Amino acid sequence: MHRSEKVWLTLSFGMIMLFMLATGYQSYALEMGPPSNMETIDPQKVDQTAPFDNPGVKQIGDNEYEVVMTLQVFSFNPGKLEFPAGSTVHFTLTSKDVVHGFQVANTNINAMVMPGHIQKITQKFDKPGEYLVLCNEYCGAGHQMMATTITVK
Amino acid sequence: MATVPHSLNDKSVTRSFKEKTGKMLGVNPQDAKFTKTYMFVAFAALLLGGILGLLQGLNRAGFMELSPQHYYQVLTAHGLLLVVVFSGFFCIGYFYAAMSHTLGGLLPKVRKMAWTGFALKIAGFVLAVIPILMNQASVMYTFYPPMAASPVYYIGLALIVVGIWLCCFGAFIQVANWRKQNPGKHVPILSFFATGVFVLLFFGSVPVAIEVLVLVLPWSLGWVDTINVMLSRTLFWAFGHTYVNIWYMTAVSAWYVVIPKLIGGRRWNDTLTRVVVIALVIMNITGGFHHQIIDPGIEEPIKFMHVFMSLAIGFPSLMTAYAMFAVFERTSRRQGGKGLLGWYKKMPWGDVRFLAPMIAMIGFIPAGAGGIAQSTNQLDQVVHNSLWITGHFHLTLGISVALTFFGISYWLIPHVSKRVLTRKMNRFGVVQTILWTVGMIFMSGAMHTVGLFGSPRRTAFTTYFDNATALSWNPYMTLIGLGAILLVIAAVMQVYAAFNLMFFAPKGEEEFPIAEAEVGDVTGYWTERWGLWVALLIIVVAMAYVIPLTDMIVNAPPGSPPFKTW
Repeated sequence: MHRSEKVWLTLSFGMIMLFMLATGYQSYALEMGPPSNMETIDPQKVDQTAPFDNPGVKQIGDNEYEVVMTLQVFSFNPGKLEFPAGSTVHFTLTSKDVVHGFQVANTNINAMVMPGHIQKITQKFDKPGEYLVLCNEYCGAGHQMMATTITVK
Repeated sequence: MATVPHSLNDKSVTRSFKEKTGKMLGVNPQDAKFTKTYMFVAFAALLLGGILGLLQGLNRAGFMELSPQHYYQVLTAHGLLLVVVFSGFFCIGYFYAAMSHTLGGLLPKVRKMAWTGFALKIAGFVLAVIPILMNQASVMYTFYPPMAASPVYYIGLALIVVGIWLCCFGAFIQVANWRKQNPGKHVPILSFFATGVFVLLFFGSVPVAIEVLVLVLPWSLGWVDTINVMLSRTLFWAFGHTYVNIWYMTAVSAWYVVIPKLIGGRRWNDTLTRVVVIALVIMNITGGFHHQIIDPGIEEPIKFMHVFMSLAIGFPSLMTAYAMFAVFERTSRRQGGKGLLGWYKKMPWGDVRFLAPMIAMIGFIPAGAGGIAQSTNQLDQVVHNSLWITGHFHLTLGISVALTFFGISYWLIPHVSKRVLTRKMNRFGVVQTILWTVGMIFMSGAMHTVGLFGSPRRTAFTTYFDNATALSWNPYMTLIGLGAILLVIAAVMQVYAAFNLMFFAPKGEEEFPIAEAEVGDVTGYWTERWGLWVALLIIVVAMAYVIPLTDMIVNAPPGSPPFKTW
């Protein structure tokens, strides 16, 4: 093997390791890991199961909110959310039918929402404005209409 | 600068030599017919899939009305035609031609198996398309449960898988037979690639076969009430990502073996080439997990381990990057090229057989970099299910794979059709390649960018009730539409070229370009230990999947009934 190739391959390996370290540091030290909640639920009894029997927004602290939300063809319940700027919002999500995606444009909120599984994701909203919430997993004929907004004041 | 294809360049010198080898090796007419048929299906699928792609591009750009229902039908068919039919048929047609050429013709038994496989795949495809046309299967080629298509759709997919298996077993028999008759010899390099590809085709499709036959089909037929959604999805991606990497590996075979010949050089180190094949075979299947980085029901440590499993596949590609540029430099220095970038001047840019796969390789630099970025956890979260991903695989499949396949078609189709690539057709091919490239740059570039802003994939035209954020994406959508127009023109040209080279081009002999190994390049026989490679493949898959799959089965929530939401 040529010397330059050894150098190249060492660099390549080093780069991959660096990616691993960065990902690990972010996941475990900074707690920025991807949404991976492990709780499950009977997908046919979402309406009867707490907390989804009572979806909505609950203030749980100073500038801290919990949103319990169901996703179903082709809507988010509750929709049209409003928070004061600087709020930290914890979303607890599940699907009542098919696979959906929960994405808020211009934030890092992006999570798969599966029937049978409860997904959780948290976001701090600093900048005021209207945020577009949309489903990013094809879920049927009205998929392109499945959207709502979060207004931060 | 050499601007003429090699075969046209020094015709008189090579003619007599070619005639001799032609008589000795020549194309077996029965094998040629097999590859020609596969190519015919592949390019017919490209035409149809390309036109459907245009419809989507025009719709998303807002140039053309398409009801959402039709959009999703078109999208399902576009994916199936291009990802399953075009790539799949091309790959098998090409490697069967390679095996026929380098292993002394296909065995009659193998030919029969491969034709049976062909019949099953066509039957399966027809069965899959009927429910799509009847609006009974707008579930995309990923068919995530609990969306449920007509059972006929799944039966079609199962038949396609069985057809592919027959082609795999045919290839295994062919290679095993050659090895028995040539003890101690290395399997010729293209057939070595073929072995790797068919091993992956087989093992990669086992998970999806289990998904379809054990989980989805009984459920869609109503024999069981509910399905395990996560399990199905995980089995799908163990297959899905492997398959796109198989098409990539097919392209890589031409980069290592064909391109050096076209530039008048020799191959890269034979052992390292084989190591790349082996590494891709062993590590590929577990890469599928990075499609599930933001799924619930998979623990973070598992996801972290899978970042490594995914990034590991990048390593052989980085070996390839070095190898390719080293071959260019070495070849050009032998031809009198100077300096680090002197190779640039010595390359036959005017030869479509070189130009198309060369652009394909260059395209893999950003494509591979994007792939590495988006398989790390947090970066994936930024782009997951956005148009960025669509942009990514239009770069990997649309540039790196498709352009290599196009480049191959300009010599493989005339080779098996006993016709020649004329100067005129070569120029036509150069124009077509450039058009395709520009179209892809527009489309893939715009998709990557707007995906970063949050525009989702697999979504019909929408402004989300005139939302300001969504409206700001519109200029990029226009670029996607423009790219689609250029692409469909290039696709039609490519299909014209393929059919012309198959049926109408002047008769003659077109070379099957295979570069020689360097003089004195000795390969360790250990590379031939396929039993060991398969064992390692199974161990890696077990390391990656046993824990999460067990977890998904043991701790499964109550299942989901079928839904038809379109």
